[in-house]
Amino acid sequence: MATVDLHTHTETHAHTEHEHEEHHHGNFWTNYVFSEDHKVIAKQFLITGMAWALIGGVLSVMFRLQLGFPDSDLSWLRPLIGGWLTPEGKIDPEFYLALVTMHGTIMVFFVLTAGLSGTFSNFLIPLQIGARDMASGFMNMLSYWFFFLSSVIMFTSLFISTGPASGGWVIYPPLSALPQAMQGSGLGMTLWLVAMALFIVSSLLGGINYITTVINLRTKGMSFTKLPLTIWAFFFTAIIGVLSFPVLFAAALLLIFDRSFGTSFYLSDIYIGGEALPNQGGSPILFQHLFWFLGHPEVYIVLLPALGITSEIIATNSRKPIFGYKAMVGSMLFIAILSFVVWAHHMFVTGMNPFLGSIFTLLTLIIAVPSAVKIFNYVTTLWKGNIIFTPAMLFSIGLVSFFLTGGITGIFLGNSAIDIQLHDTYFVVAHFHLVMGSASFFGMVAGVYHWFPKMFGRMLDDRLGYIHFWLTIVGVYLVFFPMHYIGIAGFPRRYYSWTNFETFSGFADLNMLVSIAAIITLVAQLLFVFNFIYSIFRGRVASANPWNSNTLEWTTPRSPGHGNWPGEIPTVYRWPYDYSKPGAKDDFIPQHIPYSETPESNFPHENELVKLEMDNGSAIIVEDKKH
Amino acid sequence: MEKTMSSEFKIVEEPKNTLAMNPKKFAMWLFIGSVGMLFASLTSAYIVRQAEGNWLFFELPGILTVSTVVILLSSVTMQWAYWSSRKDSLQMVKYLVSVTTILGVAFLVLQFYGWKALVENQVFLVGNPSGSFLYVITGLHGLHIISAIVFLLLVLISAFRFRVHSKNLLQIEMCTTYWHFLGGLWLYLFVFLLLYR
Repeated sequence: MATVDLHTHTETHAHTEHEHEEHHHGNFWTNYVFSEDHKVIAKQFLITGMAWALIGGVLSVMFRLQLGFPDSDLSWLRPLIGGWLTPEGKIDPEFYLALVTMHGTIMVFFVLTAGLSGTFSNFLIPLQIGARDMASGFMNMLSYWFFFLSSVIMFTSLFISTGPASGGWVIYPPLSALPQAMQGSGLGMTLWLVAMALFIVSSLLGGINYITTVINLRTKGMSFTKLPLTIWAFFFTAIIGVLSFPVLFAAALLLIFDRSFGTSFYLSDIYIGGEALPNQGGSPILFQHLFWFLGHPEVYIVLLPALGITSEIIATNSRKPIFGYKAMVGSMLFIAILSFVVWAHHMFVTGMNPFLGSIFTLLTLIIAVPSAVKIFNYVTTLWKGNIIFTPAMLFSIGLVSFFLTGGITGIFLGNSAIDIQLHDTYFVVAHFHLVMGSASFFGMVAGVYHWFPKMFGRMLDDRLGYIHFWLTIVGVYLVFFPMHYIGIAGFPRRYYSWTNFETFSGFADLNMLVSIAAIITLVAQLLFVFNFIYSIFRGRVASANPWNSNTLEWTTPRSPGHGNWPGEIPTVYRWPYDYSKPGAKDDFIPQHIPYSETPESNFPHENELVKLEMDNGSAIIVEDKKH
Repeated sequence: MEKTMSSEFKIVEEPKNTLAMNPKKFAMWLFIGSVGMLFASLTSAYIVRQAEGNWLFFELPGILTVSTVVILLSSVTMQWAYWSSRKDSLQMVKYLVSVTTILGVAFLVLQFYGWKALVENQVFLVGNPSGSFLYVITGLHGLHIISAIVFLLLVLISAFRFRVHSKNLLQIEMCTTYWHFLGGLWLYLFVFLLLYR
């Protein structure tokens, strides 16, 4: 029976605390490359995500050059893109489409899904709920390496002779299904599908792990009502991902069958060069339904983590409790639910039943309610706070700004009637780049500024951070505000050039301004990259809790080792937002401080809890029914 | 006063296990949920596509009924194996897990014969989407069955090493859950395909 017992032992080692000490030692490969430690995996996701963000940004500047300066000679790009320049020094039209497609794919999936969730869910979930590591370190490692493999394949597709996928990041068939349609629909599209299939596997592995960890591995006293809002946000994000990514997988699977095995799920009545294709009976609209059933929740997969990070940073740096904790959780839950029932607002002009359009309009506009609740709560948290403008705080406030300006245009776009005019114009581009792209990007950057001390044990340079912030927020608004006008004027997105249409001869100057702003914004990001790399090695050494924050990750040592806490995991007694509590000595009381130690600031009902702390030793949990 | 009394009763609670479930088992349920979403999306795509007309009607091969019976039977043997492991009758565990594995392989073979019957009936993967959907759905389910058979084999190896017993139930429990899920999933798909043709 000895063998039997041994086996039972190894199976449960993930949860027993003693055995973790055995993992401290390892070689370079197990510590930094194939690591199962959530903090290392988070850094891997972050650095890969940042590399992708730079690539995605460079691609966008390339097509902005074409749009802003259609007559200029771009021969100097030849070392970079070589054969994709026409002899006159213009970007090849098909390559332009490839640039747009890859920019979208990279930013939505590789940067703002993997780079954002992958980094901060991995880093913060165990640290903030008080766990030694994720539920399954191995799955977590697999999640990163599937993402890495997917990245390699997607990156490779940029360099093949026929170019990467070019049918738009939404890869609508028949454009994406028929290799004859365009060069990028050949091998490039195949690689896109393979990379995305791997990406989905990575997301599912990650998401399942996040949910399991949040539910099962919380420390003593960490009830759901005491979870930081970051964790709530990551939790909802992971649930949305686990439910919606399989649908994208189904859509992609059927597309793969259409492309490679000759089925007709999405193809029907297509003539190429006067010859009919054999495919009969398919429906391209079916793909759009499947795609947007993922696609819309994906918007919130991208946005919710950023909102969670913002909640945490704004409360910490306003030195005030978050306003409306439960309303924040409730609105995130509501957004998560609604995200699954609004997908057809992307398809208003596909010949959909107008009555159905009205229903989806209604459901879409309802999302404005929880979104407004969140903005209201951010502003009321800031209201009369002792605001500390750290770079992270500035970026968080920037997020709130984008969420508002971009969200308001969503109210127009969500109307099926107005969408007839605005569909597929630059108005849409401006809308989602502000509300989803820039807002989430700001959340991600804010998160890096805020948690960099815990990740690398050093501080990022503040002054560079301020320059980075102001250049970026001004740049982003200069890029996307003019696009609203361009869009209302009817300029369609994804067009290579408007010179053929007399209608679109205007706005050339505005497009030029947008392009210049885009270049400045990209260059500003290089400051951040420099700051990031420099500070890892040379930054000011951080204290264990540089922001005087309440959450558990700041109770760890400056550079937490494997297992996060050297001794016992702290027990949680209070919610994470006890900032500037009346009567308290400091303006913050961390979550692991029992009420019995803070008699001067306790509310009457909290004094009642002190008795229970005495009676019951350290282990109590409070059901928050009386708040 | 009464308020404090009642709150005292409510408040005190051992916080050790916030949710009494093993993380691995919980992750397994989440995985099941995402596999469920995969098939839910395929079947709803099926319904949406069918509503658009131009839909080839054909009879499901009768052999699929046999395979349904086989997979349901395998669920019974799997559950029996689980119960045996709880009662520490290790010999029975080995026997029953083997039977389940064999039934699982038999199910796959029967599905394959179902495909053959479809081909004889002039229903091909390439052609009207009604046939394509059937191949893709059954094929994808079959792939999941293969993964479950691999899992069964792992349990079988553990059983032969006397590692499946009442104090070490996790693996066989998870395998049982997965196997029941795939059986139930097939039942759903079968009834669905019978109803929507």
